[in-house]
Order: sequence, then structure tokens, then C-alpha cells
Amino acid sequence: MGDMHECGLKCVALEQVGVKKGGQVLLDDVSLELRCGGITAVIGANGAGKTTMLRAILGDQRHTGRVLFSDHNGNEVEKIKIGYVPQKLDFDVSSPVSVTDLFAAVGARRPAFLGPGRARRDHIRTCLEQAGCEALAGRRLGELSGGELQRIMLALALDPIPDLLILDEPVSGVDAGGLEQFYKTVSELRRHYHMAIVLVSHDLELVARYADNVALIGGRLLAYGPPDYVYAGDAFKQVFGGLQPLPKGGAR
Amino acid sequence: MDFVYELLGKLPFSFLSSAFMKNALLAVLFSSILFGMIGTLAVDNKMAFFSDALGHSAMTGIALGVVLGVRNELICLIAFGVLMALLINKVREGGTASTDTVISVFSSTALALGLMLLSKYQGVGKYSAYLVGDILSVSRQEVVLLFAALLLVGGVWCAVYNKLMLIAVNRSLAASRGVKTALYENIFSVMVAVVVMLSIKWVGVLLINSLLILPAAAARNISRSVRQYHLFSVLFAVASGLGGLIASWYLAASSGAVIVMLAAGIFFVTYCMRKLFGR
Repeated sequence: MGDMHECGLKCVALEQVGVKKGGQVLLDDVSLELRCGGITAVIGANGAGKTTMLRAILGDQRHTGRVLFSDHNGNEVEKIKIGYVPQKLDFDVSSPVSVTDLFAAVGARRPAFLGPGRARRDHIRTCLEQAGCEALAGRRLGELSGGELQRIMLALALDPIPDLLILDEPVSGVDAGGLEQFYKTVSELRRHYHMAIVLVSHDLELVARYADNVALIGGRLLAYGPPDYVYAGDAFKQVFGGLQPLPKGGAR
Repeated sequence: MDFVYELLGKLPFSFLSSAFMKNALLAVLFSSILFGMIGTLAVDNKMAFFSDALGHSAMTGIALGVVLGVRNELICLIAFGVLMALLINKVREGGTASTDTVISVFSSTALALGLMLLSKYQGVGKYSAYLVGDILSVSRQEVVLLFAALLLVGGVWCAVYNKLMLIAVNRSLAASRGVKTALYENIFSVMVAVVVMLSIKWVGVLLINSLLILPAAAARNISRSVRQYHLFSVLFAVASGLGGLIASWYLAASSGAVIVMLAAGIFFVTYCMRKLFGR
């Protein structure tokens, strides 16, 4: 697969998306476009509605407004292939679900409790090898470290190669070196497969270096544009007041 | 079916000489397979309290049947159980109160409504039989019904398991794979409701929940994959079901209670195994 470059075609469009839950407005009137081959970073304070927005795109959150998908030819389509790396697996660590079980349950008819069939087993091995995690195949999800879990979830999200890759705070529980490596991997993916990538992140410096566009969320879309532009704006200063995220120190 | 009964009669166990014990044995066998299977995801989804509430709503099902003049108790039970399950899911989805609060509200409302109606129209005596349950009251027709349920629920289970497992691991992950999460959660709740209501007559309201939760919880202690999880859960459910029934015959004690005691024993043994050998 050779290198492709950004075509600028939109892959996902949010039109006035809003979310209310229990009488509370979590997200209000968010409109933005995610483009093929582009990395969009979503930043904001805790509880700003970042994860809520991702869940609206995933179709796991009832919302007002519209989420529209289009294919590589620009035609509107009902759905696209989405890969999702969750924030963390917020479930009981004592659950007996193993890495192989997880891969077996995704994209196969055969019930996972029978174990994967021969073809599926080979396929799972290939997926794990490509991610450098073949040794983890028999581990329970609850036994994995933060970094291991993240690699597994990314490998799962890339099978099959998605049109849109959504990464929700993929950095938690991962050391700084692993973090930079992760961003490099994501950049590679973008170049190779020309997918649209949305990334919720807390590391503003890495966002500045790797993202094409930044969406600053605070209950609504506070600012949107290239990192330099957003970081220099008033909304950014209000949210991240005391921080100096840019190496150049341009934010204050 | 006659063949199975004949075969059971040939076994060299004195307790199997009567027809009602044969019925009981088969009923326990079929139900415990169902409970072992479904219990795995009930535990994964932290639904212990949910199924408990369903058990309590049995009373309302019976009471409404009496008031509306419906003869078939089982139909009332299942209909009300399914309604209750879907209602709880609906309110839970709204997110205005935490799940255990929502379930508690429904559970107590259903129980009170059932008590109120029964005490006014018929007296609560009828219900007290359901409280503790009576395995020896199972009829041959009910055994056939249970077997049909086993086939049906087993089939549905194989078809929907992967999606349900994904939802249990992470709801948004399941949604990203195109799983209609709310729909499948409802399907699972309905399955739990049907299985609980089919068996409540002989296990009893007080103990039904332990039959669903204990074997799976015990299996969880020692399983390292969903395959082992299913295998151990069904194995423990069947072992405590059949073992408890036979033991209760010799002990002349309530069969439901002996079954649950056995299941609890298995849980504590596996719990210690996990503490000693596992991590």
C-alpha cells in the first residue's frame, strides 16, 4: 500500500449535534467536518463533553442534529467502517474474556464461547503479530497493562481497516515514550490508509505536533482550526489558563 | 419423551421410582443448563439485582392474572416479567437515576402492587407457595415446555452471544461495530425474564436469583476464557441442580434451598482456589 495524501474530502460531518441527559445539556450545537487523511484532536477540560461527542459519532448516544457519513467518492452513505479505541475498559478486571475471545467475538458469526474457527484463529494471529502482541493472545483483558491494552484495542480497531478511526484518550496509563510512539503510529496509519482520525487527548504539546486540526470543546464547540490558531485564541486561554503547552510559548 | 422417562425408570435409584421425581429431575436439568448459560452474561453485566427484581415481580404477574381472570399463570408471569424488564431498561436508559435505584423502585412497586391485589382478591396464600417453590409440583407438560425453552433460548444465545459479549466489554466499542446496543440489551433482558419466570414455580422467588448468579460467579473465579466460563458455569449449575435435588430427597429438605446451598459451596471452593492459586 503506497503513500496517499490528503484529498480534503469530508468523511464525517456533524450538523448541530446536541446531547441532553437527565435535563442537563452535555453538548450543544456542535458542527464540524472530519476529513479523510486528517487527524483531528479533540481537547477540553474534564467533563467538557469530549467522550459524549465521540459516542454521538459512534451511534451510541441519542442526540439532536445529524451525523452524516460519506464515502471516498463524496457520496453520502448510511454507515462507514469505524474503528474505536475506548478510553479504558471500564469493566470488571476479573472478567474471563481473553484477547482471543475479544477478536473472535468481533466480525464472526460463530459464538465466541466455542472458540474461533481455524481460519479465524489464523487471522487473529496475523492481526496480533502485526501489532507485536502475539504473546498476549491467551491473556485475560483484566491482566493487561495500560499500554498492552491500548495496543490490543488499536489492533482490534484496525481489523478491518476502518474509514474513520476514533481514539478516546488513548494515552492514559502509558509512559511518555510510549505516548510519542503511539502518535507516530497514528500518523503512519493516516498516511498509509488515508483514514480520518479523531483523537481525544490531554497532551497539548503532542497534539500541536501531530494534529492537523484541533476542536476545543466545552459543552459546545469553543474553537476549531489548526493547532496554532486554536492555541492562540481566547477560548483556549480561558480553558487552559495557566498552561503553556507550546514549545514556542505562544499561547500566553 | 416416553423413552426418556422409561430410561430414567431403569436407573437404579430408588428416588426415581415416582413420576414426579422424574419430572423434577428433568426440569432441574433443563433449567440449570439455561441458568448456567445465561448467568455468565448476567454476572458480567452486573445484573444480579435486576434478576432479583424480576423474581419479585412474579407476585404481580400472578395477582394480575387473578384480577384479569387469565387461567394460565405462566402466561401472566412471562408477560409481566418481560414488561417489567423492558420498562426497567427504558427508565435506566433515561439516566435520571442510578441503575440500582431504578431497579429498586420497580422491584418494590411490583411487589407492593402484587401484595395489594392478592390480599384484596384472593388472599396471599397462593403466593407463599411461589416464595419457596416446590419442585415436586412440576408437571410433564411443564418439562416439555422447559425443553422447548432450552432449545429456543440456546439457539438465540448462539446467535446473539458475540454482540452481547462486546456490549459487556465496552458499550461504545460494540456500537462502533454496528451493534444496536439498546436492542440487544432488551433481547437479553427478555431472555432472563423468560428463564426466570419458567423456573420460579419450583425454585421460588427467594432463591431464583442465586441459581442464576452463583454458578456463573463460581465459574468466573477459575476461568481464563469465555469458553471455560460457559463450560464451568453450566457444569456447576447442573451439578448443584441435580446434586441438590437428590440430596434434598434424602434429607427431606426444600430442594430449592439444598440446590442453592450446593451452588454456594461451589462458589466458596472456587473463591478459595482463586485466592490460593490464581491472581
